Parts: sequence; C-alpha cells; structure tokens
Amino acid sequence: MTIETIDAVSADRVSGRGGGGPAPTRTVVAYGFWIFILSDITMFSGLFAAYAVLSGRTAGGPTGSDVFNLHHVFIETMCLLVSSYTCGLGAMSAERRQRARFLLFSAFTFVLGAAFLFVEITEFIGMVRTGAGPQRSAFLSAFFALVGMHGAHVTSGLVWLVYMVAQVVVKGLRPHVLRRLLCFSLFWHALDIIWIGVITVVYLMGAR
Amino acid sequence: MASSDDIYDRPPGVEPEESRANFLSYTVGLGLAILLTIVSFIVSQTNLLWAPGVPVGLIVLAFTQIGVHLVFFLHLGSGPDHTNNILALAFGVMVVFLVIGGSCWIIANLNANMMPLH
Repeated sequence: MTIETIDAVSADRVSGRGGGGPAPTRTVVAYGFWIFILSDITMFSGLFAAYAVLSGRTAGGPTGSDVFNLHHVFIETMCLLVSSYTCGLGAMSAERRQRARFLLFSAFTFVLGAAFLFVEITEFIGMVRTGAGPQRSAFLSAFFALVGMHGAHVTSGLVWLVYMVAQVVVKGLRPHVLRRLLCFSLFWHALDIIWIGVITVVYLMGAR
Repeated sequence: MASSDDIYDRPPGVEPEESRANFLSYTVGLGLAILLTIVSFIVSQTNLLWAPGVPVGLIVLAFTQIGVHLVFFLHLGSGPDHTNNILALAFGVMVVFLVIGGSCWIIANLNANMMPLH
C-alpha cells in the first residue's frame, strides 16, 4: 500500500472493521484474546451467581464474618493491584525493547503474585483445619469454588509469566514474543478485575 | 504519514503512542485503584454509609474501580479504533448481568414460594 492510499484511507475515517484491509496480526491476536478473556469472565459469572445464591446457606456452620480475615484480604488486594501495575510497566518496557527493565518488572510481578497466592493458600489451609472446608456447607463450597478458581487462574498466570520471561531471554523481544506478552498482560489485568468482584461480593459484603 | 494505528482498530492493552503519558497513566490508575479499594474497605467496616445502603455503595465502588482498570491499565478508550473492543465488552457485561441477576431473581422467587419446612 502506498503512502497516498494510506492517507486516503485514514482521511475517510474507515478505521478498522475491514475498511483498511486485513488488520495486523497484533490487532487480530489481541482482539481474539480479548474475546477469550470475556468468555472467561462469563465462566466466572456462573461461579459468582452460585455464590450469590448460596452465600446464606451455611447449614449451621460458620458464616462469612466468622471465617473471613479482612486484614489478609487487604494485603492480597494490594499485592494484586501493585503486581498489575508492575506488569503494565513491564509490558511497556518490552514494547520499547528495554530488556533489563522488562525482566526487573516481571520479577516484581512474579513476587507480588506469589505473595498473593501464599496468603490465599495459608488462609484456605487455616479454614480447612478449623472445620470450615468446602464440604461443610453450600456457602463454603461456593466460596472455595469461586475464590479457588481465581487462585487457579493466578497460579497459571505465574507459570505463564515464567514461560514468557524464558522466551524473552532465549528468543529476545521479537514481534511474536511481544504479541504473547500482550496477551499475558491482558490476562493479568483481567485477573485483577475479577478479584475486585471477589472482594466486593465475597469478602466486603460477607464480613459485615 | 499516518501510522498504522490510525487506520486499524487498536486492540485492548496496547498503549497509545506518547510514551511519557503511559507511565503516568499506569501510575494514576494504580493511585485511583488503591484509593477506591481503601474507600471500599472503610465503607464496609464503618457506619459511614446508612447500613442498608452499604451493599449498593460497595457495588458502585467496585464498578468505578473496574472502569479505572479498563481505562488506565487496559487502555480501553471511546475512540473509533476501539469500537470492536467496546462492543465485545458490552456483550460480555450483558451476559454477566443476565447470569448473575437472573440466577438471583429465580432463586429468590423459588425461596419465596417454598413450603415452610416446619
């Protein structure tokens, strides 16, 4: 495509939707991954619905305010928020081919994500030990399904992050590695958005 | 010469061109997100809001924070290059509301119509 046709196309404001010809791979890949994230959020909405319906069904067992520790939840939230920030800065550094800064920010992201998981798993183990495991009541089943599914996503995000760092080290910041990194950062930011729903619906409303 | 960003849709997560503004955007986003989180915790633990209104307040705060994340972290905008992303998001939001709202509505109705157990 010549410069004249590009200018003519942009002058007509036909941005996207087929008007400018096939979109770059980067746009197609990120849009496809965006659709995946939205379908993942739809899956979570099923778990949220189950929790919302079952949160009062404690079968005489512990209620939310008995088992939730908001101090831990606050620490978890801050870990995840700051890790989203460092993940964004890491993606930004990668776009600018700043390899060392990308590795540094990825290390921060990994440590914060792992800290989140550590607090969450400690919390789960403590609950199971005190007889508030998933088999105790419908409320706790729904709780472990929803929060555990989010934790499983964070775990897979950490594995993916290690894999991405390995790719950057071995292959360098090539276009296809950058596309995968873009997908990873979308995934990590989406986990943060789901966690906001979890703290609001599960912890803040449940601990009152 | 027009850059490729001008003629194609921008996928979510891709930052705009100006580089200084991006670092600022992430930092402002983080500040707002932390502020909204702290306000949510305060609202849920104190009597700042009228007690029956607290769940509504928390939901409003959560949606505000999700908006902050979408704009400052995922760089989702309202420009013509974001139409596809926003349309997909709108569909996702509709499905989420149907599933959660519909489940709550149906189960509340069933509960209300249950025969008393004792």
